[in-house]
Amino acid sequence: MKKTVHSGVAACKKYSRRDNQAYIYLLPWLAGFLFLQLYPFCSSLYYSFADYQITAKPVWCGFNNYRNLFTKDTEFWNSLWVTIKFTLYTVPGKLALALGIAVFLNRDLKGINLIRTLYYIPSLFGGSVAVAILWKLLFMDRGVVNAFLNTIHIGPIQFWGDPGYALKTICALEIWQFGSSMVMLLAALKNVPRDLYEAAEIDGAGRIRKFVNITFPQITPIIFFNLIMQTIQAMQNFTSAFVITNGGPMKSTYVLGMKLYKEGFTYFRMGSASAISWVIFTIIIVFTLTLFKSSSAWVFYGDED
Amino acid sequence: MKKKKRLKKVFLSYVVIAIIGIVLLYPIIWMFFASFKTNDEIFGSTRLLADSYSLDSFIQGWRGSGNITYKSYFLNTFKLVLPVTGFTLLSSILVAYGFARFEFRGKKVLFAVLIATLMLPNSVIIVPRYAMFAKLGWVDTYLPFFVPALLACYPFFIYMLIQFLRGIPRELDESAYMDGCGTFQTLIKILLPLMKPALFSAALFQFMWTYNDYFNQLVFINSGKKFTISLALRLSLDAESVVNWGKIMAISFIAVAPLVVLFFAAQKYFVEGIATSGLKG
Repeated sequence: MKKTVHSGVAACKKYSRRDNQAYIYLLPWLAGFLFLQLYPFCSSLYYSFADYQITAKPVWCGFNNYRNLFTKDTEFWNSLWVTIKFTLYTVPGKLALALGIAVFLNRDLKGINLIRTLYYIPSLFGGSVAVAILWKLLFMDRGVVNAFLNTIHIGPIQFWGDPGYALKTICALEIWQFGSSMVMLLAALKNVPRDLYEAAEIDGAGRIRKFVNITFPQITPIIFFNLIMQTIQAMQNFTSAFVITNGGPMKSTYVLGMKLYKEGFTYFRMGSASAISWVIFTIIIVFTLTLFKSSSAWVFYGDED
Repeated sequence: MKKKKRLKKVFLSYVVIAIIGIVLLYPIIWMFFASFKTNDEIFGSTRLLADSYSLDSFIQGWRGSGNITYKSYFLNTFKLVLPVTGFTLLSSILVAYGFARFEFRGKKVLFAVLIATLMLPNSVIIVPRYAMFAKLGWVDTYLPFFVPALLACYPFFIYMLIQFLRGIPRELDESAYMDGCGTFQTLIKILLPLMKPALFSAALFQFMWTYNDYFNQLVFINSGKKFTISLALRLSLDAESVVNWGKIMAISFIAVAPLVVLFFAAQKYFVEGIATSGLKG
C-alpha cells in the first residue's frame, strides 16, 4: 500500500528539483568510481596486453603476457593450481564448519550471546600479520602442536617443511576464522518461521528431514552470499602465504596473489602482473556467473518481492 | 524422568561448547603466555604457563630493532587507520543517502554499478592504482589509503548504510521538509542520529579491516619511518639471525589487543553489523 502511494507521488512530479540534489551526494562516489575503480579496471586490462615496466610507457604486445604465463612461465600453472586448491579447501571448509556450529548453537541455551562472541574472536584478526606469525610458530617442527601430537605418539609432522602439509596448514588458519559466517547463519536460522517446523512435526518429519526440507532452503541466500564473497577473497589470498612460508616449500603455497605481488612489485613487470590479475578476475567472474545461473535452482528467496 | 534426561542433554551441550571454545581460543591464550617464555620453553613443550613472568620481552620488543620503536609504528597505524575510517564513514553516508532517499535519472543503472563494484577484486585494480599514485608522488605516503576512502571506494559500507536507511520511514524526511529543512539538514538532524548503530558497525569493520590489512600497506609504504604494525611485525621476523620468539609473541599480542578490547567494548555492534547486512568473511 505504502509503496503505491510513493510511486504515485514520484510519478506526478518525477525527478523534482529536490531529487536532482542526489547527484551532489553521489559526487564523491562518482569521482571515486571513475578514477579509482573504472579507470584502473580498464587500464589493467590494457596493461595485461602490454609490455610495461613501471619506468617506461606501456607498449602494446598483444597476447605476449598471457602466452608467457601459459606456456613459458614455470611457476604459473603451479600457482593457479595452488590457488584453486586453497579456495576449494577454505571456502567450503569454512562454510561447513560455520553451518555445523551455527546449527549446534541454535537452541535455547543460557549465555548463547557470550558463546557466540567468544567463537567470533579468531575472526577479528582476519589476514593480520600477527596471527600469521602465531600460526607459523604453533606449527613449527618443535612447536606446540607437534608437542601435543607427540604426547599421543603421532609425528612429528613437518607442517611447514612438507609440501603435502604446508598449504593445508595455511588453510586451517583461514577456516579457524569462520566467525562471520557463523554469526550470519545463526541470525538466518533464528529467522526460520517456527510454524514451518510445527507443520513438519505434525507430518512426522524427523530431525534430518526437517533440516534438509525446511532449514536448509531457508538459509540458502546466506550460503549463496558467503560462497561468492569468500571465493573472491580466497582467490586473492596473500598475507598468510607470504608471511608464513613465503610461498614454499617447493612453491606449494605460492598462491597467485603472491605471484602477482612478485611480478608487479618486486620485478616491476606490470604487464605480466596485470595479466595474472585478469586470470584471477576471470575465474571469479566465471564462478560467480555460474553460481548466479544455478541460483534459481537452489536459492530460496521467499515469497515477498 | 523426562526432566532429568533434558538436564543431561543441556549439560552435554555445554561440555561440547566448552571443548570447541577451548580449541578455538587456545592459540590466542597460548600467544599471551608465550610472550613470557624463552625459546627453550616455547619449543618442544605442551605447557601453557611460563616459568616466570616479567615484562622484559614486552619492553625489549617495544624497543623494536634499529632506531624506531613500536610507539611510532602504533602511532603510524592509527594515523593511517583512523582517518581512513572517518573518511569512509563520511563519504559512505553521503552516497548512501543519495541512493536511498532520492529518485533521479539513471538511479537504477548507477545502483547496479555500485553492486557490481562490490565484486571488484582489489588485485585487478592494484597495479594501475600503483602506477597512478606513483605518478602523483603519493607512494610512501598515506594518501593511497585516504583518497579512496574519501571518494567512497568501499561499496560494501555504502550498501550497508543504504539497507539501513531503507528501514527508516520516509515520513520522517517528509515532515522535516515540511518544517523547511533542506536535504542536507534532514540528513544531519533527522537521519544521522537514527543511523548511529549502522554507523558504528561500519566504523568498527572498516577500522578492523584497515588495521589488519597488509597487502596494500606493503605495496604503498616503503620507508621504515612510515611503517605500520603489520609491516614492522613482518620485518621483525628477519631482523635477527636467531629469532627471539617470546619477544615477537609479546609484540604480536600487543598488536591484536586493541581489536579484542574494541570488540568486547562494542560487540553488540559487531554482531548486529554482521547479522543484519551479511558481511564478507
